[in-house]
Amino acid sequence: MTTTSWNHKDLLGIQDLTVDEINCLLDTATAFKQVGERAVKKVPSLRGKTMVNLFIEPSTRTRTSFELAAKRLSADVINITTSASSIVKGETLKDTALNLQALNTDIIVIRHSAAGAPHFLSRLLKASVINAGDGAHEHPTQALLDAFTIREKKGRIAGLNVTILGDILYSRVARSNIWLLTKLGAHVTLAGPSTLVPRVFEEFGCRVTHDIDEAIRDADVINLLRIQHERQRQTMFPSIGEYAAMFGLNKERFARTKPEAMIMHPGPINRGIEIDSEIADCGRSVILEQVTNGLAVRMAVLFLCAGGKHSTEGAE
Amino acid sequence: MNSLVIKNGRVIDPANGVDEVRDLFVAEGKIAAAALKDAEIIEAAGKIVTPGLIDMHVHLREPGRSDKETFATGTLCAARGGFTSVVCMPNTTPAADNTGTIAFMKQRAAEVACVNVFPTGAITKELKGEELAPIGSLKKAGVVAITDDGHCVQNNELMRRAVEYAKMFDLPVLDHCQDYDLVADGVMNEGHWSAALGLRGWPSIGEDVIVARNILIAEQVDWYIHCQHISSARSVELIRQAKKRGIKISGEACPHHFTLTEECVKTYDTNYKMNPPLRTERDRDSLLAGLADGTLEIIGSDHAPHCSYEKEVEFDFAPFGIIGLETELALSLELVRKKVLNLRELVEKFTVNPARLLRLKEGTLSIGVDANITIIDPERAWTYDVAESASKSRNTPFHGWRFRGRASATVVKGNIVWRETEIQSK
Repeated sequence: MTTTSWNHKDLLGIQDLTVDEINCLLDTATAFKQVGERAVKKVPSLRGKTMVNLFIEPSTRTRTSFELAAKRLSADVINITTSASSIVKGETLKDTALNLQALNTDIIVIRHSAAGAPHFLSRLLKASVINAGDGAHEHPTQALLDAFTIREKKGRIAGLNVTILGDILYSRVARSNIWLLTKLGAHVTLAGPSTLVPRVFEEFGCRVTHDIDEAIRDADVINLLRIQHERQRQTMFPSIGEYAAMFGLNKERFARTKPEAMIMHPGPINRGIEIDSEIADCGRSVILEQVTNGLAVRMAVLFLCAGGKHSTEGAE
Repeated sequence: MNSLVIKNGRVIDPANGVDEVRDLFVAEGKIAAAALKDAEIIEAAGKIVTPGLIDMHVHLREPGRSDKETFATGTLCAARGGFTSVVCMPNTTPAADNTGTIAFMKQRAAEVACVNVFPTGAITKELKGEELAPIGSLKKAGVVAITDDGHCVQNNELMRRAVEYAKMFDLPVLDHCQDYDLVADGVMNEGHWSAALGLRGWPSIGEDVIVARNILIAEQVDWYIHCQHISSARSVELIRQAKKRGIKISGEACPHHFTLTEECVKTYDTNYKMNPPLRTERDRDSLLAGLADGTLEIIGSDHAPHCSYEKEVEFDFAPFGIIGLETELALSLELVRKKVLNLRELVEKFTVNPARLLRLKEGTLSIGVDANITIIDPERAWTYDVAESASKSRNTPFHGWRFRGRASATVVKGNIVWRETEIQSK
C-alpha cells in the first residue's frame, strides 16, 4: 500500500481532502479489509499507541467500530462517554482534552453534538484528532465507508447517479457524502421535504428535488438517511406518518427503481419510516456490508493519521 | 488646568457647519473662543479635530460581570479608541431595570470612568419581555434611552405600550431586532456557510420581521425607535423606505457587520460569533449603501466583552459578541478611504446623530459646551495587538490587523484622558 498521498495527523472532514487523499484512504482500507477476514485479525501497526474514544454524544456503531479498528491495529483503547466523564461536572471540552493529552494519548476520536468541535480540539492538541461525527457538519469515516462500499460493489464512483434521501439539513452523513461523491465525479441528487432539503445545497454541486419518485428513478445508489429527531425543530414536517407516506422508500417506489440500484443506510434504521422493513433486508441492501467496511476504513484512517513515519515525527 | 490650545488641526464640527484648519480653544473644561494664558498647547497639524466621538452601543458589564469588563477598563478602551462618551446597555446582573442599578452605574462612572457614561434602562423587568420596567423612574434616575438589548420584546402589544409610555418621558426606544421563533437556536447566518458548516442558521428574516414591526409601531405611536446593530439588506431597505415616509425610525451599523462576512466562520473561531451574525457580501454591501445614503445614521461598536474561557469552547456553546471600542474608529475610517462616506458624514455618525437621538449635549464644538474632543491622525499606520488591549477581555477577530488611522488624543471636559505616545505608537 502507498501512504505517500497522506500527510495529515487529523481527519476532520472530507471537504478539505483532495481526490488523491481520498483514494489513498480507500486503497489503504482495501488492504486492511483482508486483515478482518483472516483467522488472526490483528496487526501490530499501532502497538504502543493509545487511542481515546471521546464520545460526547451517544453512538453504538461508530464507537464500537473505532474501538475494534484500533484493537486490530494493536493500540490500547479507552472509551469515554459524556455520562461517565467530568463534562457532567462542568469541565470544558478544552480541559478534558488537555487532560487526555497529559496522559500521552496519541489519538482522540471525537463524537460531539457541536459542529466544529474536532476542529477546535485539533488546534489545541498534538494528538491526532479523528472526527467521528460533529453535529450536523461532517462524519468523514461514514462517507469513506459509503464510498468504499460503492466502489467495491459498482467498480467505480465517477459517473454514478447517487441519490441521498431524507433529512439533509441536519445530517453530517449527507454533507460528508456530498463532498466525497462530488469530488470523485458522481452525480449527486438530494431529495426530501423542502424544509429539510433546502435549495442552498445546489451550491455544493448537487441536484435538489422534492419529488422522490423522480429522485430514485435513475439512481444507481440510493442512500437513505434517518430522520434526526434529536437535532430537529418541531416545525419541519407534519408527522412521521406523513414523512413515511410522502418520502419513505416503500415497496411500490422500490419496484420502480433500476434493478441494479443499490440500497444504503448509515444506520440506525427506522424500519417503516424512511425504509420499508423488507427492503432493508433484501438482496440489494448493503446496509450490513457498510458496517463491515466501516471497520476497514477506520483502520486505514487510524493507521494513516497516527501510524507509520508520520507519528514518529510528532504531530504539530 | 483643563485649558488647551489645539493648534492647526482640521476641525470638523458638523453641528456648526465647520470644516476648516484652525485652532480650537479650551478654557477650564469648556470650548472657548480664545486661549487662556497658561493653556497647554497640542500641535495638531495634519490631524483631524472633531467633537468627542460617541459610541451609543457598549456593554460595560457592571454590575455583575466585572470579570469581563468594568467601568474603568471599558471606558479606557473607549478613550484609546477616540470615544469621549459611551452609552451602556442594561443587560447587567441585576439588569438596569430599577433606579438603584442606574444610581450604582452613575456612581461607578463618577468614581472610575475616564469618559462620559450614559446608562440606558430596560424596557421590561429583567429584560424578560413580560412586564414594563419603571420607565418614568428610570428616566428620573438618568437613563438616556430604554432598550432590552441582548433580548427583544416579542409581545407586540407590550412593545407598542412601551413606546407609547416612553414617548411621554421623551425617551427614545432602542431595539435589538430578533424574532425568537424565526431565529430559535441559530448561531450564524442562515445560508451557504451554515449549510456547509452544519451550524444552525440565524436567518435575516428574523431581524427583518422585527424591524418591520418597529416601523409600524413607530408610525402608529409617532415616536422614535432606533434599530440597533442592523445586519441584513432587507432591514436596511425597510428602514430606508420608512424614513422616506417620515417615520421616526433609525438604524445603527457595527464595524464588524460592515467589514466582515459569514465566510469568516468557516474555521469555527468563536471570535466571529456575534448576534446578529455576520452575513453575506450582499448584506454587507447594503449596509455600506445604507451608511452612504444616511439610512443607517449611527455607528456603534456593540462592544461585548467575554472572558477567554467562555469563548474557548465549541462554537455552539460560546457567547455572542466581540470587543470593539479600540478598533471601531480605524475600521470606520476605511469607509472614508473606500469613498463610502466623506469625513464629515463619518463624524456625524459618531457625534451629532447619536446626540440628537439621545438628546445629549455632546457631539458639538459650540462655544461653552463641555470640551469633549477627539484628535484623529488619519494616516497613522498601526497594528492591533489584543494582548495590549485596555479591555479585561480578549475576544476580537481583529487581532493582528494592520490599520491606517487612529485617535491620537482623547479629551474629556478639557482633560486629556488618552494620548498616543511614541512608545504606544510603535
